[in-house]
Amino acid sequence: MLTLGIETSCDETAVAIVADGVTVRSNVIGSQIERHRPYGGVVPEVAARAHLELLVPTIDRALVEAGATYDDLDAVAVASGPGLVGALLVGVSAAKGIALAHDRDLIGVNHLEGHVCAAQLELGRLPRPLVALVVSGGHTALLLLDAQGRMRELGATIDDAAGEAYDKIARFLGLGYPGGPEIDRLSLSGDAEAIAFPRAMLDEGGFDFSLSGLKTAVVRELRRREAAGREVPVADVAASFQEAIVDVQVAKTLAAAEAHDVGDVLVVGGVAANSRLRERMRQACEATDRRLLLPSPALCTDNGAMIAAAGANRLADGQRSELGLSADAGLALDGLVLPDLPEAWR
Amino acid sequence: MLLGLETTTRHASVAIAGDTGLLASARTGRHGRHGEFVAPAIDFCRREAGIDLDALTGVAVSLGPGLFTGMRVGIATAQALAHARGLPVVGLASLDLVAFAARHTRRSICAVIDARRGEVAWARYQPAPGGVQRRTELALGPPERLAGELEADREEVLCVGDGALAHREVLSATRAAIADEAAAYPSAESLLALARPRFARHETQRPEELAPIYLRRPDAKIGWQERGALHGGHGGAPAVQEGAP
Ligand SMILES: [Zn+2]
Repeated sequence: MLTLGIETSCDETAVAIVADGVTVRSNVIGSQIERHRPYGGVVPEVAARAHLELLVPTIDRALVEAGATYDDLDAVAVASGPGLVGALLVGVSAAKGIALAHDRDLIGVNHLEGHVCAAQLELGRLPRPLVALVVSGGHTALLLLDAQGRMRELGATIDDAAGEAYDKIARFLGLGYPGGPEIDRLSLSGDAEAIAFPRAMLDEGGFDFSLSGLKTAVVRELRRREAAGREVPVADVAASFQEAIVDVQVAKTLAAAEAHDVGDVLVVGGVAANSRLRERMRQACEATDRRLLLPSPALCTDNGAMIAAAGANRLADGQRSELGLSADAGLALDGLVLPDLPEAWR
Repeated sequence: MLLGLETTTRHASVAIAGDTGLLASARTGRHGRHGEFVAPAIDFCRREAGIDLDALTGVAVSLGPGLFTGMRVGIATAQALAHARGLPVVGLASLDLVAFAARHTRRSICAVIDARRGEVAWARYQPAPGGVQRRTELALGPPERLAGELEADREEVLCVGDGALAHREVLSATRAAIADEAAAYPSAESLLALARPRFARHETQRPEELAPIYLRRPDAKIGWQERGALHGGHGGAPAVQEGAP
């Protein structure tokens, strides 16, 4: 079964073709980074405009790279939320246009469900139960996929997403956009213990995250040093800031795995590419005898293949969406049941 | 067989027309729900017209100006559908459709669409055999500027469109007449009437060439708050922005 997957929830125009829910035939991302760079962050109206411009050419490329035509497709899957509503609507509208044009099944998928399903593209069937840390420019969320396939949000950021915090601090430090890779790179030459930034909500707040206090602490520390006429060691600031974020992400993820007696830990999202997070998470999982699942970067960031994979599971389970499918900026995840990968595709 | 999509204002409509004229149409006045309306409406029109979508020979779509989100819903649907079926497309300005619907007046026509934020988009037309002829560029600005323009030339003008209704007081202070609500919204029927000769003359585009008519640069406001709130957060205090150099 060939599924076309469309993802336009934030700032990646992404389209992929996946066979039987597990085999990536093509996975094309039309990046908008250059369009948002002047602003140092994602501008919703700029993103929506760019999606409209890039989507049809991206679909075209995905078909060409997969060696497929519209006729070969069995279904169209699309991320219908959560995300920026103007951005989501472009993908959802296009998905409906294709489904109508060839009388194919349409299936709306939760974007976060997609992130989790990205792992099945490399592993085959997802292990259950599973704890997933989704960290990107758009999200910081700790999710549980229980043994019955139910999804639950254990915790989420109460203010900034991780990638957002990286972008803001990078901008403050005069680094480039996106901030995550810049800070990651600079941190390699900095001392992560140079400045003791706060580890927000490490001991309280359950599995929720907060990054605004950390951000403020970085700004205050720099101001203080400048006022005292002291040199600002940018690499040390970057490394210490990153360490504070990673500390909390690792500790909360492991605590969640512990609390729910889960042996498999999945880390996805653009920030999953952060080298320090990967290293520390690997150590922590090894130390507690857990398996760490880290999909390759192309499947970690927002992509169409993860949407096609999640959609394929649902279609195989007999689920379909109506043509009236809405784009829902706040689409809930709690209570969603992920159908298992069918036997035939394992 | 042509499909037309008009989603640039509060009202949205879909129509299918054959060589003999309109076969089916659907319309909604439910604001903010165009994304949910369009695809089921296409399906409804196709059933009503008794055709399969492989019978289509072209897709026409209104490009704006108007509500950005609505414009994108119509254009994305039209582009994807046409691309998937390998069909040519025709894109027209929403203002042209509004003026066309008012073509039977003896006055000159000013089509005015509500562009939000206290602004309107407009263009001037004169009746011509079989339709109307646009004689200005599309403009965007406060209704007071349009009123000034109307005041300056001494024509008998009919202002038509939802922008004319929204700013009736400003515009009717000039000598312009304001058309009533029945003609205020662009329609897929007008769209198909205007697009049909273009398809016949092969004045068409490829789907990916269609571009919306925004007339306004995007807000350069960063959506931090929006993004944080969307993905489990509630919008962070922008501490860095305030302190940033
Ligand atoms: Zn994402």
